[in-house]
Amino acid sequence: MDKLVIAGKEFNSRLLVGTGKFASPEVMAEALEKSGAEIVTVALRRVDIENKNDDTLRAIDVKKYLLLPNTSGARDAEEAVRLSKLARAATGINWVKLEVTPDPYYLLPDPIETLKAAEILVKDGFIVLPYINADPVLSKRLQDIGTATVMPLGSPIGSNQGIKTRAALEIIIEQANVPVVVDAGLGLPSHAAEAMEMGADAVLINTAIATANEPSRMAEAFKLAVEAGRTAYEAGAAVSGKNANASSPLTGFLRE
Amino acid sequence: MLSTQKHSGEITSRDVEQALGTPAGCYSPEKLLALISPAAEDYLERMAQLAHQLTLQRFGRTVRLYAPLYLSNYCVNGCAYCGFNKDHQFPRIRLTIENALAEADIIAKEGFRDLLLVSSEDRLFVSVDYLCELASKLRPKFSSISVEIYQMATEEYAKLFAAGIEGVTLYQETYDRDTYRKYHHSGPKADYDNRLSAPDSIAQAGMREIGIGVLLGLSDWRLETLALGEHAHYLIKKYWKSHVSFSFPRLRPAKNVDRSQFYFLSDKNLVQMITALRLCFADAGLVLSTRESAALRDHLIEIGITKVSAGSKTSPGGYSQPKNAVEQFEIDDTRSPFEVAEMIKSHGLEPVWKDWDSAFIKG
Repeated sequence: MDKLVIAGKEFNSRLLVGTGKFASPEVMAEALEKSGAEIVTVALRRVDIENKNDDTLRAIDVKKYLLLPNTSGARDAEEAVRLSKLARAATGINWVKLEVTPDPYYLLPDPIETLKAAEILVKDGFIVLPYINADPVLSKRLQDIGTATVMPLGSPIGSNQGIKTRAALEIIIEQANVPVVVDAGLGLPSHAAEAMEMGADAVLINTAIATANEPSRMAEAFKLAVEAGRTAYEAGAAVSGKNANASSPLTGFLRE
Repeated sequence: MLSTQKHSGEITSRDVEQALGTPAGCYSPEKLLALISPAAEDYLERMAQLAHQLTLQRFGRTVRLYAPLYLSNYCVNGCAYCGFNKDHQFPRIRLTIENALAEADIIAKEGFRDLLLVSSEDRLFVSVDYLCELASKLRPKFSSISVEIYQMATEEYAKLFAAGIEGVTLYQETYDRDTYRKYHHSGPKADYDNRLSAPDSIAQAGMREIGIGVLLGLSDWRLETLALGEHAHYLIKKYWKSHVSFSFPRLRPAKNVDRSQFYFLSDKNLVQMITALRLCFADAGLVLSTRESAALRDHLIEIGITKVSAGSKTSPGGYSQPKNAVEQFEIDDTRSPFEVAEMIKSHGLEPVWKDWDSAFIKG
């Protein structure tokens, strides 16, 4: 499996994992371990980023994982920028998963405010990984600004519905100059494998692992699925078609 | 389709099954009507299981914790059911900013980061300026501050928001006009229509969290729940950036109370109400206070409740000087915050003390 490269940094794992919704920091730590992930995202709203003794933060070994703070809960660009700066000041980490989700129900990302925030943060030296709807033009606009990835959703966050945005995701992947991380909505390992087979560079999983009966085993299942999907993509899938196609009804005459 | 014309008594098991077959977490008045009907009482286990699954999916294995801080029990209203009714004779207490900060220190030491400031209608003392000053001083210690106080105007709520207060809880108490009139004799709160407009003002001021509810026991809970559902649906559609949560304050039979006066809600129907609202509003916060017993609360966090208070004192100054003052209502679950957190853990859930950050609001 190729290495994943984001902002010049290499990763062996193509599975990013979120840290919300777990039953305890211990359960989370075990799941992270089994997932093989090297990038884990934490919601700034949930952790006390300035406090080294925060239960969740203590459970994440920063020597092993790149801690990716996210701005979950931010309603507009101003809030997202403020939170990002606070996190950088407290941790020295200049990576941020940019989430601007003014709708508290489906937590769908606001394209306008996300673009605004990305512009400010990139200029300010942040490595920005924006969570977006599966919008190819927005993806292009963000890449033009200089974001490190784009993170389009497969379906609404936490919904476990799998990939419902396939047509748009295919365009984003086709056109991307930066890694495409499919984020949100992937509920099963097969969904993750599907995204990887399509050519996504990585996927991010949280709810499907955290709320499984056995989070650490589910984490392992996702790890395997991501590896399988990526390997299949690299191997080049056989073309599939509905019918066997032995004869050439239109061009057969050329051989006659 | 179910008919909205149907009275809840005419709902059949077929209607309930149809309602349970609709996408979990999506609202329609017909669905809510079916789920709170007497016929749905036979489906409580299934409703609870669906509510459990949906809550798990949307909120994860977590329960949020908060604590109330009572600021004043001086009041200009004469609400018949309330311990702080202006006509009651008892020594009233107001906390100065310094007193309130001392109480907050005790609460913070117990682990809380989510604080609810509570006051009766005491505008002269617990003024907008008082609340803004208090909030600005509390912000370093608490990641989320909200209020449950008298009704304000949009501009006043906006000032609170700017000072770092991000949520407002305000109950209609009852959606039934006649019942409302019966219990709210005097004071500014006696105006039903004005009260009903409060959540609009709260949302228009930009508040993130709007808590609504009825005082269960004043009127028929089924009608109240339907009204609550419609109110929430209206708010969610109109103010799409604010999050709506429901609370379930329940009047309990007390010694000197004429039972025939009230519509006491049974545990069974409370469960029905909670699960029905969850199955109609996947992402709504469902909040439960220490009014309820430890045993019941332990069960309800499994079937939809997402936020609970713990170790609450319901009189001003109650944390530093317990048993010194008249309480707004008697609490039933008297366990310490630590004990409640341990109970939550024993259910395989994580007690969440912080799910917000004061940095969201400028200041």
